[in-house]
Amino acid sequence: MPLVQAFVFAAIGGVFGVGVTVAGRVLTGREAWSLEPVVTVGYIFALLGWLLGIGVWDQWAREWLGLPVEHRQHRGWARYFAFTTDHKVVGVQYLVTFVALFLLAGLLAMLIRIELMAPGMTFMGLGTYNQVMSLHGIVMVAVAVATIIGGLGNYTVPLLIGAEDVAFPRLNALSYWLVPPVAILLIGTFFTGGLDTGWTAYPPLSDVNAAGQVLFNLAVITFGLSSILGGLNFLVTIATLRAPGMGWGRLPIFVWSIFAASLISLTATQFLAAGLMMILFDRLLGMAFFRASAGGDPLLYQHVFWFYSHPAVYIMILPGFGLALEVLSHFSRKPLFGYRLVPGGFIAIVVLSFVVWAHHLFTSGMSDALHGPFMVTTELISIPTGLVFLSALGTLWLGRLWLTTPMLFGLAFVFNFLIGGLTGIYLADVPTDIHLQDTHFVVAHFHYTIVGGEIFALFAGIYYWFPKMTGRMFSERWGKVHFWWMFLAYHTTFIPMFWAGIHGMNRRVGDYPAELGDVNLFISVAAFVMGGSFVVFTANVVWSWVRGPRAVANPWRAHTLEWQVASPPPIENFPATPVVVGSPYAYGVPGAVHAVLTTAPAHTPAASGGAQAEPAGPALAADSA
Amino acid sequence: MPGWTHKTDETVQHMSDFVLPLPKHETAVAVHGAAVHEHAPASSLSRNRVGLWWFILSECFLFLAFISARYYLLGLERPAELNQALGLGLSLLLLVSSLTAYRAELGAQHGDRRRLLRNTATTILLGLVFLMGVGYEWSEALVHFPPSEAFGTVFFSLTGLHAFHVLSGVVLLALVYWNARRGRYDSGSIWGVEASVKYWHFVDVAWVFIYPTLYLVR
Ligand SMILES: [Cu+2]
Repeated sequence: MPLVQAFVFAAIGGVFGVGVTVAGRVLTGREAWSLEPVVTVGYIFALLGWLLGIGVWDQWAREWLGLPVEHRQHRGWARYFAFTTDHKVVGVQYLVTFVALFLLAGLLAMLIRIELMAPGMTFMGLGTYNQVMSLHGIVMVAVAVATIIGGLGNYTVPLLIGAEDVAFPRLNALSYWLVPPVAILLIGTFFTGGLDTGWTAYPPLSDVNAAGQVLFNLAVITFGLSSILGGLNFLVTIATLRAPGMGWGRLPIFVWSIFAASLISLTATQFLAAGLMMILFDRLLGMAFFRASAGGDPLLYQHVFWFYSHPAVYIMILPGFGLALEVLSHFSRKPLFGYRLVPGGFIAIVVLSFVVWAHHLFTSGMSDALHGPFMVTTELISIPTGLVFLSALGTLWLGRLWLTTPMLFGLAFVFNFLIGGLTGIYLADVPTDIHLQDTHFVVAHFHYTIVGGEIFALFAGIYYWFPKMTGRMFSERWGKVHFWWMFLAYHTTFIPMFWAGIHGMNRRVGDYPAELGDVNLFISVAAFVMGGSFVVFTANVVWSWVRGPRAVANPWRAHTLEWQVASPPPIENFPATPVVVGSPYAYGVPGAVHAVLTTAPAHTPAASGGAQAEPAGPALAADSA
Repeated sequence: MPGWTHKTDETVQHMSDFVLPLPKHETAVAVHGAAVHEHAPASSLSRNRVGLWWFILSECFLFLAFISARYYLLGLERPAELNQALGLGLSLLLLVSSLTAYRAELGAQHGDRRRLLRNTATTILLGLVFLMGVGYEWSEALVHFPPSEAFGTVFFSLTGLHAFHVLSGVVLLALVYWNARRGRYDSGSIWGVEASVKYWHFVDVAWVFIYPTLYLVR
């Protein structure tokens, strides 16, 4: 069992790291035991052991020493718990892991709302509140960064571009297996003094608080590494593995959005790692990055951190844009409006996202001279974002809307993100931001962009590709129940939060003025109702995956390549490399063809594949509607 | 169309007119009479090359973060106690090692195993001397500007980060040496050499930015 081997190797590595640290400390005449350095070095070696044990040694590292490697492919359930290189398995691993984390962090949100039902500390202490709030924050950020890209992106991008796998399949498996140590470390923060800095980890507090901060930093650096390697893999995959004829002007828009988001993952994430490393250097090596008393400056952290974390919101939302546009086009049965402009909009967003970070520092004591420029660059982003909106609306215009569950989520994305975008203007503008900074107005705003935007798009994508990934159909009726339940409860929860924020409801604090009790009680009840919608989702997905009716290859009659093979696709995706001859969105264009597929005679569909309603032979996608 | 549900398979079977059967071995060009973009999926070597460049770009951002911390905290200020001779010597050493690394790659390209081995060994040696030089520099720096002060902080973190990269480069080159001795590059597939040498050049170029940042600006 690779998992057992991984845990054994990790334990050996951890013990070795701890031993080296203790020995080193004794030899240099210091006290033998000190928790933070011991944990840090122990973790680094444990992580190495974990990775080698899970499969890096057997399938990869031996090659560097000139030894033969094992190309073991696990079958059935075992492959989901092993170092498996098939991008479809990695995609499902990511998706299941992060949807589970999403539900867990959602439970933490429920705890937060229980505490906020009434003023005063009624349910947990301030310290516990800080931990719950911080953990909700960081886990949801990880979910927002990794679920669409790591889950849906891994599963669909090679299929959408007509490739057999990603460019570096082993690196892909490595990216996924970096995630469990992150989860273990974050749980570990509870046993090492907790975590009280929120997901942003601002010094000076993060320079001096309990050892849980060190575990948090190591966890997030590890997650950042996973994100960087994942981004690199997508960039190379999309740049080099497109099927013949799949030019940049014929890429499905979701692939474009993954490409743009990966550009940010690859580069900006290093700044997050750097900022967190600086905190570790301050704590472990006595450095002075953020200690003002020794010539450091805590504001440096905010610059470094937001140089990553503002672009990071586009790592989250760009794939959401791509997914929404993808779904809107397929279910409007119309070509994507402004297809040639949208990738330009994505790239413009990527470029601009690197020059707006200081809008998070308007109240931090940063030089006033920087206020104006960062306000202007921030507002410039609304131009490329508007382009995406224009494309969405133009696609819907006079379309024959097919209101399936994924389409409903796609439509809700447009509506929700509009509110998220418009309320962002008040935070980009210095005069209003100074009033609204650190209130629940900000909380409501970013939940509108990330939950209303990205998470709604994520659900659109999960429902859209569920038949392809599982070979089963979900219950359309319960999907729609989930949608309306979540949609209505979501707005009921977050609209009043804007009001509470304007009236002085601080974020990140468990207590608040008594006069805000009523609105908070209302928000809490609405939030619990919203939480209930995910029970519907989970039940529908689990039941359908096990018992749902078999899915045909192309239930949505979509043109893109992934729908032209069985559900789920065979391990090599396509029997022969497809040849792309036209747009993926030419719905209603007479005689339009996206791609030509040929079937190699030797090939048989995967055993787990569903009943094939379509001719199993060569097919090309066209629409005569 | 809105009335259609995906629940029953018969409905979908009726839709098979959306998916036209195509004669076997039909090519796209024949269908359309139009030219297809002539590109085939890339070879694994060119994939590796593209991947390495993206990786190097990513690493640049890590160094950029620490270099900007230096300017943010200290502007152009630097202590007089810096050992300028040693700094310059280390820089020259690293530049020479880039040359030997280049010659190692040339040796591999020409299938000249001895030249590959000789130059790889020289590069590793120069790398190790560089690391010892940094160690000596640290022992002096601890006295004049310890890591608990602002300049010491940026000095130790930047040189430490870079030294870690040099060390990893040495490990990669040692693997190259090990594999070259066993004749693994004689067949002409020398990606391992190419990648390690490119990485080594990158580490050198990073130093070209770090050196003036620490030793020269004023
Ligand atoms: Cu921002």
